[in-house]
Amino acid sequence: MTEETVDHASHEKKEPTRRDFLFLTAGAVGAVGTAYFAWPFIDSMSPAADILAQSTVDVDLSPIPAGQAITVVWRGKPIFVRRRTPEEITMAEQVPLSALIDPETDQARVKTGHNEWLIVIGICTHLGCIPTGNKPTQDRGKYGGWACPCHGSLYDTSGRVRRGPAPLNLGIPPYTFLTATHIRIGVNEVSHG
Amino acid sequence: MDRLTKVVRWIDYRLPFFSFIDHELREYPTPRNLNYWWNFGSLAGITLVIMILSGIFLAMHYEPDTKLAFDSVEYIMRNVNYGWLMRYLHANGATMFFIVVYIHMFRGLYYGSYKSPRELLWMLGVVILLLMMATAFMGYVLPWGQMSYWGATVITNLFSVFPFGETIVEWLWGGFSVDNPTLNRFFALHYLFPFLIVGVVILHLIALHQHGSNNPLGIDRKEPRDSLPFHPYYTVKDLFGLGIFALVWAYFIFFNPNFFGEPDNYIPANPLVTPPHIVPEWYFLPFYAILRSIPNKLLGVIAMFGAVFVLFFLPWLDTSKVRSATFRPVYKWIFWGFVVDCFILGCVGAHSPDYIYDNLGGLSNQILGQVTTLLYFGFFFIALPLLGLYEKPNPLPKSLSEPVLKGKKKKSVEIQSALFALCFLSITPLYGTDSPPLPHEVWSFQGPFGTYDRADLQHGFQVYKEVCSVCHSLSQIRFRDLAALGYSVEEIKAIAAEYKVDAIDDEGNPIEKTALPTDKIPGPYKNEQAARAANNGALPPDLSLMTKARVGGPDYVYALLTGYELTPPKDIHIAEGMHYNPFFPGEQIAMTPPLSEGLVTYSDGAQPNVNQMAKDVVSFLSWTAEPELEVRKQTGYMVLIYFIVFTILMYFIMKRVWARVK
Repeated sequence: MTEETVDHASHEKKEPTRRDFLFLTAGAVGAVGTAYFAWPFIDSMSPAADILAQSTVDVDLSPIPAGQAITVVWRGKPIFVRRRTPEEITMAEQVPLSALIDPETDQARVKTGHNEWLIVIGICTHLGCIPTGNKPTQDRGKYGGWACPCHGSLYDTSGRVRRGPAPLNLGIPPYTFLTATHIRIGVNEVSHG
Repeated sequence: MDRLTKVVRWIDYRLPFFSFIDHELREYPTPRNLNYWWNFGSLAGITLVIMILSGIFLAMHYEPDTKLAFDSVEYIMRNVNYGWLMRYLHANGATMFFIVVYIHMFRGLYYGSYKSPRELLWMLGVVILLLMMATAFMGYVLPWGQMSYWGATVITNLFSVFPFGETIVEWLWGGFSVDNPTLNRFFALHYLFPFLIVGVVILHLIALHQHGSNNPLGIDRKEPRDSLPFHPYYTVKDLFGLGIFALVWAYFIFFNPNFFGEPDNYIPANPLVTPPHIVPEWYFLPFYAILRSIPNKLLGVIAMFGAVFVLFFLPWLDTSKVRSATFRPVYKWIFWGFVVDCFILGCVGAHSPDYIYDNLGGLSNQILGQVTTLLYFGFFFIALPLLGLYEKPNPLPKSLSEPVLKGKKKKSVEIQSALFALCFLSITPLYGTDSPPLPHEVWSFQGPFGTYDRADLQHGFQVYKEVCSVCHSLSQIRFRDLAALGYSVEEIKAIAAEYKVDAIDDEGNPIEKTALPTDKIPGPYKNEQAARAANNGALPPDLSLMTKARVGGPDYVYALLTGYELTPPKDIHIAEGMHYNPFFPGEQIAMTPPLSEGLVTYSDGAQPNVNQMAKDVVSFLSWTAEPELEVRKQTGYMVLIYFIVFTILMYFIMKRVWARVK
């Protein structure tokens, strides 16, 4: 082993630049090749083309009466689409930010001009359970929004957390109004072309 | 001593991992005179690793269920990111693996690498070959095409010749025919066997490292200067070989991915119809030829298995004490004769048993198969034992270094290459196909630079929509896939909106709703029965894979569409409701001539004639069969360029490293 090393060293002394250049280039080419070879394998595990294509959902809002909500599935997650009554909107707007665990105004959680529609991801921000309250028969908790059956978190009529252990308000998915009664969940803007 | 060395020492003292690598891969003494035929062992190892890797990633998307398997393979091809690359890498990898292993074995046969003390090394290799054959066979069943299904049926039925054969076969199937339980177990075992191969490969390597590699002279190493450390001399030589090997493999993956495949396997499995021309994959052809040559079921099966198992006894059938054929004047020629014989057996297996070779004076395939089968076994049971007794070997050199210095090796290498070329030339009269010739059309997507013409594709889609779709489905295509034809999102939405798809309303009633871009293009019939009832009992096939599923591909479909003749030749009787078309197998087809003048007006106002319509729709169907074609070729160029650079670099490094010993 030592003999080999000595041989190496003496050889390198003779013509170091060219040899080093060749070996370094080969090493770089090999490393780049390995990375490129690995990429298709890694990427094959990402969402496939058909799954990506289904990442938007169009929802017709017209059948939903005021005070009620529906659940639609977007990317395998429940999305709560709720038509709020004027009282519920007022309730949500009048809460002082200081009373909130995760302070956020109601205006920031709805689209301007469409504030009767509250669209949130129906997954409790604590540990991923689905809160109750989306159906008229279910308990909405004392803040009139949703109540998580797992650990008792309560949400208000803006989907904001009012009692823990959940740390954050219900998430807002990207969505956009196509018409006054149609939304598309999954995109913030409708692209044409 | 830096920190890293300390950590390495600490680990190595407890688990001698680093000294093991150092000993077995770096300083491992290797004969100094190994030629390029010794590259194929490491290539086989690398191929095994790549096959396992690509297989694991394919298994993440594959569904081993008879109802889903075929479509899940197409799903991989069309939707999974780089799925087409994974699948073509894996499918062509099987071919590459067998090429490399067969060359590795022929090398062992030529240089006597199976002789004492390497008998077990050779026998472990035969075990690997058997495991590979089983793995390849079960893997071929998984896509659940026609060849998969009928291959599985035929191969499992081989076991019916044994006592209690019926019971054994039903046990293998898990039923009374090849069906879902069979597919499930084949998938499980296809996943398991490669790891068994890895296990036996480790034993193979342990046996190899016990006495080291054989060498082209076949004599033992006597002095230290006969050997070189494995690294860097043979690591760099193996890397150079890998570069060339990768170029060949990449060519097939990216530019000719279905070269070794059978078109019939792009037709979903049908337990009621056997394809007219059923052949195994090329690597089984010689054994298949032996099976068919013997006109007795039991003896045929025994001969076929015997053709592999005889390899276990090779070390004792060869009675010669001299290892390398270089010093065996008679065996050298017998060996090349045996190689040619194996090639001819392969050709025999590829043709139907009744095939007649017109260019060989009307030689029948059956006779040729029987003669070559006899020669195959004659090599093992007559030539090898007798040669050892009667052949007078040439004098052996005293040491490895002696002939290397004389430069005598060069000449024998030239002779070898010439003989190798001769092998291929000697069987050219056997090439050719059984199928009738087709007129060749010029297609924009042909050849290594070919791409689809968007206008042709849109025209073709229009022909499909207005004509073909009345009877034929296109089940692999989703509306959004049409974006590849150059349609905008809004145009695709409009196209989809013309179709209805089945759905369930809020009260649970089946309804029809407007199709979305994410839906598959709905077929014209609800189910197979409805399709048959509407078409005089014939089933109009799905067109998604049509140009891949027929011999001749686009040329065949074009010839069929334009080849109708109103008045058939006098000697052909056309049945009620059938039409004469010389390009359809059997020359009678239920489909009425689908295209006629003025049937379609293209949206750009053009009035195509029949040939133009046929051409456009075939272009469109070629796209539905191979939507990945353009990106595949583009990726291919980058991969080829990469490996050309890699190979050239490795060549110069190899020259540099080896300059020290010469």
